Amino acid sequence: MQPAIRNGREIQHTKTKRHFNMGTTFMYIVLTLWALTTIYPLFWIVNNSFKVSRDVMNKSFSLALDPVFVNYTTAFERINIGRSYMNSLIMSCSTVLLVLLFGGLAAYVLARFTFKGKRFIYSLLYATLLVPAFATVVPVYELLIKTSLVNTYWGLILPQTAGNLTFATLVIAGYMTTIAKELEEAAFIDGCNRWQMFLKIFMPVSRPVFASASIFVFLWSYNDLFSALIFVNKEKVRPIVALLNEISSQYGTDFGLMATAVTLTVIPILLIYVFISKFIQKGLTEGAVKG
Amino acid sequence: MNMKGDRKYIWIFLFPMAAFLTIFLYYPFFKSLYFSFFRTKGFFDKKFIGWDNYDRLVHDKLLGAATLHTLEIMVYVIIFQVGIALLLAVMVDNIPKLKGFYRSVFFFPVVISGTAISLLFVLFYNYNFGLLNSVLAGMGLEKVLWLSESNALRAIAVPTVWHYVGFYFVLFVTAMSKIPEDYYDAAKIEGISGFKKMVKLTVPLIMSDVKVVITLAITGTLKVFDFVWVISRAQNGTDVLGTYMYKKAMVDQNFGYGSTVAIYMVVLGVVIALLANRLLKTEEITY
Repeated sequence: MQPAIRNGREIQHTKTKRHFNMGTTFMYIVLTLWALTTIYPLFWIVNNSFKVSRDVMNKSFSLALDPVFVNYTTAFERINIGRSYMNSLIMSCSTVLLVLLFGGLAAYVLARFTFKGKRFIYSLLYATLLVPAFATVVPVYELLIKTSLVNTYWGLILPQTAGNLTFATLVIAGYMTTIAKELEEAAFIDGCNRWQMFLKIFMPVSRPVFASASIFVFLWSYNDLFSALIFVNKEKVRPIVALLNEISSQYGTDFGLMATAVTLTVIPILLIYVFISKFIQKGLTEGAVKG
Repeated sequence: MNMKGDRKYIWIFLFPMAAFLTIFLYYPFFKSLYFSFFRTKGFFDKKFIGWDNYDRLVHDKLLGAATLHTLEIMVYVIIFQVGIALLLAVMVDNIPKLKGFYRSVFFFPVVISGTAISLLFVLFYNYNFGLLNSVLAGMGLEKVLWLSESNALRAIAVPTVWHYVGFYFVLFVTAMSKIPEDYYDAAKIEGISGFKKMVKLTVPLIMSDVKVVITLAITGTLKVFDFVWVISRAQNGTDVLGTYMYKKAMVDQNFGYGSTVAIYMVVLGVVIALLANRLLKTEEITY
């Protein structure tokens, strides 16, 4: 009996061990397959942007060993994608700056001041999260027409600033409440007023949360098609997402051009992402949550 | 800490935010509500019609279809987006190496605009020359009309789901990394591992995060716009609430009824979020 039992145990032991290894291998396979779904399409589109449309259609899998730049010249010369780039950068960066400044100030008050009505302000802020852009777009559009801001940079910057302020304020306030009281008191003894305190203590100390909030605000602003279509859809102010939409409806059969347009939109974001991806995810998990 | 003159600073510092939110959020929201009781022709010609827009809303078959389409995408999002994110997170939590690599790669689609992804999928789904049909043709199979009436909505759901898997994945991985090691040690002693460990231990312990993610996924789905608009132009039975509202308000310039649809979207969003919260009621776990 004895050896048999020992034998049985041994078999079981090696079995679980092998099972574990197989499990790990299996997990690596699944994870790698999913990774391919994010990497391969990107490679495919970049690769195809260097081919003429006919080759994109007939040989989309072959490597563009002999790259042609005709799509790129079309993109910059005929549909002026450079202009849209500039428009996107100007509007999204302005939105980020305004959101950080005003959101930062409000967050500072909510995090570090005690006053009546604070809870009420918080509930007003949370309520804005329930109001999607759809429910404000018509009156905002009317307002922008009346103030002739429609189809100007401000026509997108102002609504987007409002749309992102709540998120930024809540996240920054969450961070600022954790800052040690002693810092504030030291600044007070040095004779700082509230404004100097914000500028010299709270802004610098909260740098990480300002950084991650700015990344998310930038992305949401840069990628927001709905607002762009309504508020700034004229050629001279059109941001890159609105141009992409235009390309897909006007040049829907020019596959090479479409591949190039997608490439040009994605590559700068990708390059930045490679450098700051750790930062983004850290920001996300520090409470920066939005659907 | 309280300082002299704080009152003044409270006002000054809160004022810009208050102004922005009032002008571009609160006021427009109530104005939308107001518009929903009017028949409009542009902005300058409007006539009070009481509940007529809401009456039309209730009988609007196209709106009903758009609602159903939105709910269908919502089901896919909850099952596949949240499900895949959870599975991937469990796996990444259990492997010894390359965690950082997978995190970066999985999160990457989140930073791309939905419009760019949509354009990519337009190239995938194209009947004559798209990637999918070239693969089928290469295997000697018949080409598929991916954006036909019967397939289009699901074809749009695929990129919608794929786009944000990484977002929820990162939230899950972070939640799992906060589970103390001794829970797993105890599980090991009890001989619980693999799939059972995931179902009995990991998932229940991060239930509050799962709940947050599901709520985010639901509210996110109600805002779907760019995928539908770019991939199918909201045709072939793919209209969702976002595109329907856009068509009514902006394409037809029917601001009154468009606003009514928007109000309906807000109400629906609140109701579904509350319902989800009720259904997913869990106790908060602190370690």
